[in-house]
Amino acid sequence: MLELRGVSKTVGGMDHIRDVSLRLESGSLNVLLGPTLSGKTTLMRLMAGLDTSTAGQVLANGQDMTGVSVRKRDVAMVYQQFINYPTLTVYENIASPLRVAGVKGADVDKQVRKAADLMKLTPYLDRTPLNLSGGQQQRTAIARALVKGAHLVLMDEPLANLDYKLREELRDELPKIFSESGAVFVYATTEPTEALLLGGRTATLHEGQVSQFGDTIDVYRNPQDIITAQTFSDPPLNLLGLTKSGGEFRTSNGTVIPASEEEKRLPDGHYKAGFRPHHLYLNRPGEDAVCLPAVVDVSEITGSESFIHLTCLNHRWVALEHGIHNVGVDAMIDVYVDARNFMIFDDEGRTVASLMKASHIAETA
Amino acid sequence: MEKTVNNKAWFMVLPVLVLVAFTAVIPLMTVVNYAFQDSFGNNQFFWAGIEWFQELLSSERFHDALGRNLIFSFTILAIEIPLGIGIALCMPKKGWGVPVCLVLMALPLLVPWNVVGTIWQVFGRVDIGLLGYFLNSLGINYNYTQDPVAAWATVIVMDVWHWTSLVVLLCYAGLVSIPEAYYQAARIDGASRWAVFRYIQLPKMHSVLLIGVLLRFMDSFMIYTEPFVVTGGGPGNSTTFLSIDLVKMAIGQFDLGPAAAMSLVYFLIILLFSWVFYTIMNNVGTEKKHYAGEE
Amino acid sequence: MARIDLDHIRHSYLPNPASPGDYALKEVNLTFEDGGAYALLGSSGCGKTTLLNIISGLLTPSEGELLFDGKSVTELSTEARNIAQVFQFPVVYDTMSVYDNLAFPLRNRGVPAAEVDQKVHEILRIIDLESKAKRKAQGLTADEKQKISLGRGLVRSDTNAILFDEPLTVIDPHMKWVLRSQLKHLHKQFGFTMVYVTHDQTEALTFADKVVVMYGGEVVQIGTPDELFRKPQHTFVGYFIGSPGMNVLPCEVDGSMARIGEHSVPLVCGLNPKKVARKTEVGIRPEFVKLGAAGEGLPLKVNAVEDIGRCRILRGEMEGVALNAIVGEGLSIPENPTALFDPAQTNLYADSWLVSEGA
Repeated sequence: MLELRGVSKTVGGMDHIRDVSLRLESGSLNVLLGPTLSGKTTLMRLMAGLDTSTAGQVLANGQDMTGVSVRKRDVAMVYQQFINYPTLTVYENIASPLRVAGVKGADVDKQVRKAADLMKLTPYLDRTPLNLSGGQQQRTAIARALVKGAHLVLMDEPLANLDYKLREELRDELPKIFSESGAVFVYATTEPTEALLLGGRTATLHEGQVSQFGDTIDVYRNPQDIITAQTFSDPPLNLLGLTKSGGEFRTSNGTVIPASEEEKRLPDGHYKAGFRPHHLYLNRPGEDAVCLPAVVDVSEITGSESFIHLTCLNHRWVALEHGIHNVGVDAMIDVYVDARNFMIFDDEGRTVASLMKASHIAETA
Repeated sequence: MEKTVNNKAWFMVLPVLVLVAFTAVIPLMTVVNYAFQDSFGNNQFFWAGIEWFQELLSSERFHDALGRNLIFSFTILAIEIPLGIGIALCMPKKGWGVPVCLVLMALPLLVPWNVVGTIWQVFGRVDIGLLGYFLNSLGINYNYTQDPVAAWATVIVMDVWHWTSLVVLLCYAGLVSIPEAYYQAARIDGASRWAVFRYIQLPKMHSVLLIGVLLRFMDSFMIYTEPFVVTGGGPGNSTTFLSIDLVKMAIGQFDLGPAAAMSLVYFLIILLFSWVFYTIMNNVGTEKKHYAGEE
Repeated sequence: MARIDLDHIRHSYLPNPASPGDYALKEVNLTFEDGGAYALLGSSGCGKTTLLNIISGLLTPSEGELLFDGKSVTELSTEARNIAQVFQFPVVYDTMSVYDNLAFPLRNRGVPAAEVDQKVHEILRIIDLESKAKRKAQGLTADEKQKISLGRGLVRSDTNAILFDEPLTVIDPHMKWVLRSQLKHLHKQFGFTMVYVTHDQTEALTFADKVVVMYGGEVVQIGTPDELFRKPQHTFVGYFIGSPGMNVLPCEVDGSMARIGEHSVPLVCGLNPKKVARKTEVGIRPEFVKLGAAGEGLPLKVNAVEDIGRCRILRGEMEGVALNAIVGEGLSIPENPTALFDPAQTNLYADSWLVSEGA
């Protein structure tokens, strides 16, 4: 178990990490999700002990690790770049942490072969890393982290430099392999889709702060604030400005959107509704849907789905539709939203109403 | 960047601190001490105040030596920097030529200072030196022991021979770090050879050039051994640089007070020029990097 | 703007290639129509970058000819081909201002100052960097730098084609959406011939009118995103495009039915009896696998269900072969689910190649 209590990191007057408290369980997969420069790498360096926090504590299994050097901590790290010993064979690369730990002959061989087998490296054990493909190089680095048997395994965008399909493969294998080892597994990524595919638990990072931490799918469905919702949305979250008076919301063009029972309790005023691109429809999805006018910017077609970028009431939105919808540029179309998919944010960006979307979806099934 | 707090670290750096104290701080303080006193040998000292400094700053001998030093430093910078860049640009980027060129370039740097001096002293001699004999047989009146111009030329060529390699190696390191895509983009943009140099290669060499200029300035401003071995400061005082003058004063005449004052002034001049170079070059062509962590 | 023809192009990095294995690019015949948006898609080492470098002139092909509008440019230098290229890592001239970066290609070609000014301002407006025109290019963000790279191509009026070499690699996901849609818009507006190299299927499919899928130095399929999705010509295309990729199940063909173990699924077109195939497979996208209650379809063993937000991925197996299904939001998964294949979307592959009607 790894615990961060009120950890902050200030460099030259700039807050790189602000008051982060996290509790990561052994055998758990924890995703740090956030854009570049949001503090993912800094946070990992603090967890590893490569940097010291300016405030707060880092505890491993209840023991205060603040100030303990990296070498005394039980940590393995995998980076975005493929980092291996270039002159050593794959076998010796994987064996290196064992050699450092002073493991004896036959044991080394057994563990190296087991890790190589898991990472599908057995045929390449005699090669040097530079004679391997990118995917195999990264597998070697991961095998080295695996064989170390560390209590804390940190991975900083490990798949970012790999081909799409290789990523898919490794993303599938990694959580399984490390959950078996019982380590605290931390994985940083910029891609919301990757976080969802990995599952586990997710902490969303924004400007050095953890905006939310919880089960990945729960953070995705029930973000506590607009920052979390935006960080965890790919394609980007669609936002709609609303004014509430009485039992209804109004858009800027006067369209009325009835409020739910929960929403009716909110004080009158300005709100923002956020909804995900697959909840913006080109065809009326049901009786309750509200129609809004939009102008198409561009349509992208992937074969199975279409992304329609459009402008609606001065908001730039993306609609994700199944099938092929090649709508011409600058076409005026009607789009539909369903208030049941809305997350309502107040002026300060806090989520004030969100109807446990999952439950509503399950009911309609 | 802050690191783990560990008091053991102080023990590790202690030897270096002691070493620096003995080799730099204490001698410097001694020099400061001497600079304000007059001594008559047998450990008798009298307070002299700023007398030595006044004398020094108004002395023609000092002005001349300083002037010679400045001319020398700027001349060799004006030759070595462009020449170094030029050679670095001509060096191959890959293949068997790379190690060959690097070794060739490193050779002059491996020769000790006094040996460099001796080599050129012999090389330039009119009677047995290849260079001296050859030039004179061409009808050029070359004799560095009698002609100040010849002496200067010898000292400058010698320094260029010795130190251009350093600039070459620094620039080369900067050049090989440029990704191939930059050259490709420049070709696509129709950039001339000059534009490629001006907008791609020079900016990438900027930081190493800064180091190169600083090192070469400081080194050439403090030059002693090579000209001393070749010309001994002559003919006349024509190649007597500050350091040679200083040694004459301190060792030859045993004027400890004036020599100490001169050392201090010398030290401050080098510090001042280095700072000026650093500031100018750091501000030319680049904005401060506010976006640390990017790239 | 120009039509680009690749005529029997082959390339080897070896001086004397002997066997086909020595070629990084096996024989390629392709036409990029004037004003089209094309993507070269494949994993690393498939020859896509080699092909791009041949078009840009950074590489001269070992064999074959490259034609711009019917005229051979095989021997022409990069500068003379009038192409523009955006690289994987942003290439900007650090010491120049944004304005000067854009003016650079024009000034190099001796364009009069007034015209340069007018063109540069036009492009600054289009790539949305007007407010930063006077800034040094050095301090900009990665996406702004990529826009400058692109702008240097747009600013020239004689550009034959714009080439992109994985231009979004260093861009954050949120910015990718913005840049992609701007790029698409620009393409519609200017009508440049664009060739986009990537390993990312989403980028390739959303950008291009036609995608060229490459594998092992060869072109496997050229088609619209829709064609690649519904009718992959080769099982590799089925696997490579789509996430997760197409399910491929070994089968035996019996008239218009495919037999997978003890079960049968209907096919739209059967095997040509005249052709002998050593290996026959059924291919179906996870998107087209519907789940039925027990007894309705083919028995399916469920290994895992991944909730990825807007849908769930059911990872299962049938007759010992992996079978994935995508379950849309709002649909439930029955207790003991079975798999139902949509016959119209069920493809038959003989020796890994698609069996199509009349073939």
